[in-house]
Amino acid sequence: MAKAKTFQDLILTLQNYWARQGCLILQPYDVEMGAGTFHPATTLRALGPRPWRAAYVQPSRRPKDGRYGENPNRLQHYYQFQVIMKPAPSDIQELYLGSLREIGLDPALHDIRFVEDDWESPTLGAWGLGWEVWCDGMEVSQFTYFQQVGGIDCDPVSGEITYGLERLAMYVQNVEFVYDLAYNEHFRYGEVFHQNEIEQSAFNFEMADTEILFQHFKDAEKQCRELIDGNRKLALPAYDQCIKASHCFNLLDARGVISVTERAAYIGRVRALAKACCEAWLETPMGAYTPRFPEKGVG
Amino acid sequence: MADLLLELFSEEIPARMQAQAAKDLERLVVGALSDRGLLFEGAKAFAGPRRLTLAIAGLPAKQPDVSEELKGPKVDAPQAALDGFLRKTGLTKDQLKVEKTPKGDVYLAVIKRAGRATAEVLAEILPECFAKLPWPKSMRFPNSPVRWVRPLHGIVCTFDGEVVPFQFAGVTSGNATWGHRFLSNGPIEVRRYDDYVEKLHKAHVILDAEQRKAIIFEEVKSAAFVRGLEMIPDEGLLDEVAGLAEWPVVLIGAIQDEFMDVPPEILQTSMRTHQKYFSLRDPRTGKMANRFALVADMIADDGGKEIVAGNERVLRARLSDAKFFWDQDRKTKLADRIDALKSIVYYEEYSYWLKVDAIATKAAILADEVGVNREQAKRASFLSKADLTSGVVGEFPELQGVMGRYYALNDDEGEIVADAIRDHYKPLGPSDNLPATDVGAVVALADKLSTLYWLFHEGERPTGSKDPYALRRAALGMVRIILEKQYRLGLNWLFELGWYSSLSGSNKDKRAKTARELTDFIADRLKVALREKGTRHDLIDAVFSLGNEDDLVRLVARVEALQSFLKTDEGANLLAGYKRGANILKAEEKKDGPFKGEPDAGLLVLPEEKALGEALSSASMSIADDVAAEKFVEAMGVMAKLRAPVDAFFDKVTVNDKDAKLRENRLRLLARLRATLHQVADFSKIEG
Repeated sequence: MAKAKTFQDLILTLQNYWARQGCLILQPYDVEMGAGTFHPATTLRALGPRPWRAAYVQPSRRPKDGRYGENPNRLQHYYQFQVIMKPAPSDIQELYLGSLREIGLDPALHDIRFVEDDWESPTLGAWGLGWEVWCDGMEVSQFTYFQQVGGIDCDPVSGEITYGLERLAMYVQNVEFVYDLAYNEHFRYGEVFHQNEIEQSAFNFEMADTEILFQHFKDAEKQCRELIDGNRKLALPAYDQCIKASHCFNLLDARGVISVTERAAYIGRVRALAKACCEAWLETPMGAYTPRFPEKGVG
Repeated sequence: MADLLLELFSEEIPARMQAQAAKDLERLVVGALSDRGLLFEGAKAFAGPRRLTLAIAGLPAKQPDVSEELKGPKVDAPQAALDGFLRKTGLTKDQLKVEKTPKGDVYLAVIKRAGRATAEVLAEILPECFAKLPWPKSMRFPNSPVRWVRPLHGIVCTFDGEVVPFQFAGVTSGNATWGHRFLSNGPIEVRRYDDYVEKLHKAHVILDAEQRKAIIFEEVKSAAFVRGLEMIPDEGLLDEVAGLAEWPVVLIGAIQDEFMDVPPEILQTSMRTHQKYFSLRDPRTGKMANRFALVADMIADDGGKEIVAGNERVLRARLSDAKFFWDQDRKTKLADRIDALKSIVYYEEYSYWLKVDAIATKAAILADEVGVNREQAKRASFLSKADLTSGVVGEFPELQGVMGRYYALNDDEGEIVADAIRDHYKPLGPSDNLPATDVGAVVALADKLSTLYWLFHEGERPTGSKDPYALRRAALGMVRIILEKQYRLGLNWLFELGWYSSLSGSNKDKRAKTARELTDFIADRLKVALREKGTRHDLIDAVFSLGNEDDLVRLVARVEALQSFLKTDEGANLLAGYKRGANILKAEEKKDGPFKGEPDAGLLVLPEEKALGEALSSASMSIADDVAAEKFVEAMGVMAKLRAPVDAFFDKVTVNDKDAKLRENRLRLLARLRATLHQVADFSKIEG
């Protein structure tokens, strides 16, 4: 139970641990998104009857959280480690606690709590019940039992665990400034990402061309619609467009050009796309309620 | 007699739901037992982070036997009828009795039903009770056909020490439970409540939330005491943390000195909402201390060193954020924040900027009316919502107003304006203080008036438990400010002011409707506000329904005088006399009323009616004078003198005399009595 000394140790340790629990170790999805939940390996795979277990790192972009590299722990680009298990095994809490032991948080020395925190994503039309997990008063993970995604009931129910990797690493490494994290033995986190935070913050808040973004949003919405409303439904490419629209919205929001009333309308438009994509996914062989060919799977 | 032990063991139940769930569980099970004739000696329910427990003592081993009598066919009925009856009851002919009835002899079957074993009944009713438990939010989870608050892992159910087997949510009941998540090992077998409590305690679980609360309270208190400090009481937080720990352990952490310049409200709110820490203070100065108390759910191997260090670190990050906002916020003057209110929505298309404008206009006029400094009231109004755009309030919305005061002081707006900004949300409920100053009271009144008028005008009404715009609170606040500050303001005048400078496109009918509905709404709040003082709601109605009284201060004075008057013999008898007279009038008016005009003194023949006529003439004038001068106690004194002549009148005088002229005159006299009393209140609305 040696502590995960570096940021990348933390990732490797979590990957190894969840691989041993039968999770597929997937890679980040190559479209900008606000959270690991948007990865089709979670959003779409949480639907339908097929068992599923996956774990992956997902770069998460929150344009509004940019602080030009000056805030000790707020970043507009950070990493989430995401675990999804469908159906949620009955010992999933124990499995999760095992992962904390693995990265060096010994429950005999720490105060670990499950504090009510229900999760909801209005853009995905998704919600679930669960907790934020506290370690000595710090939120180290979000733990959710999915109830609905895209407005569709999840059956069976998946368990989703999200670790905020930077925050967790700061805790494990006893570091107060995110850029001081040891990424590995040779490089600090700041050496890798500080310049990125400065430049991307300037882009998010000052330079992003809102006219282009509004057009991108419209284009993504249009393309998404074409892919799901036509005779030939293509759920996965359509869902890519849905994520793109969501990210455009987040950028526009950071630029401060979306008023309070418009906000709800934009979120509603993305949700409508997400819902349509989820429905289309359930008509594909992999998403279907009736498996069309024998499968190995887990569960 | 035997005992039932029941435990539902699950993943962590939200703290806010635990107490109610325990109550609901007890209610449902107790109800189901009583319905089946199973009475018991006592029941107690418990709740904690991972379990709901119910212990019921003194249940019988089986339900009582019942015997039921069933009437059958007549003795001389055809054989087929008898055969049918025997089939239905499962008896033979010689087991039947014969009963004599007026219609002849009939067969009577006495069917004895043996009570079922209690354990059997329990196995049947418990899963039904669990399924009915009304969680505020519940979830589906794998392998369970029913919902529960979080996945359910175990059910203990023993009756008289033996397992009562049944299934619920995919779990089979048994006699095994689990102790503390980290401070115990493996399942624990239990038989009865006594060994259950003891074994759980050994496994580091304190079953009773009250006991957990007491432990936390005592430990925080004494940990503070040895450091020369005291805890700042916080009942809500105590309830919450007791629901987050099975084995509460209090630890003390330090706040770094650099944060002690930050306003204490920010520190306390940050610690409370984000971290659930108790704040401590110096008992001599009342100033917040640089220590906090946290409640862990763990006896750590190192005595809690890591836990404290970790919590201190989290708090440092939290407070750096808060301090950053506090420092940033003070770089912008409140007055320069007002423009930004244009983009904050207050209600539909109305922004906070418009709201502030409305408050300021009203506050200026109100200030003149009640005689406080107009400029200060206007200034405080303009600045009242500016802190909504500050970083601290963005982070901690509950600090609105409080932060406004700090920023105003920082901008040299002066104490009066600063206090008024802080106080203009007050009173926040029936027990909250009023604004400290008159300027604050005027701004608070203007704020509540514009809230109520705007939203009522737009058709918003609270329904049942839903009052998203806190309209009830606003109305109650208005009533309390007016009454406690003794502001002499008519409601109709206030509603005109509410309309003034607020909304475009309003028409006269809508204004009248808004005013009418607001009057009723405020009358309701007034009744609620006065109920605690024991003021009768029917008397409030009696004065309100005169329709000419909308000055709440005067109205209440009148109601109170009336209430004390009605408690006297004179008052009670006069009311009885009034009712008698009013009833006669009502009946007669239906025939050939109304009876208008002064009674003719020449037609008052009997001494008692003459006396009443004279008494009413003089009383009527003095009551009118007293009411106009707001001498309500005196007005009641005048009414008291009417009792004797009224009583004598009904004693000796027959109203419906055969002589039509006399009758009409006497009815006029009664109408005069009614009108005289109605100068004070509509007596017909008074109950009793």
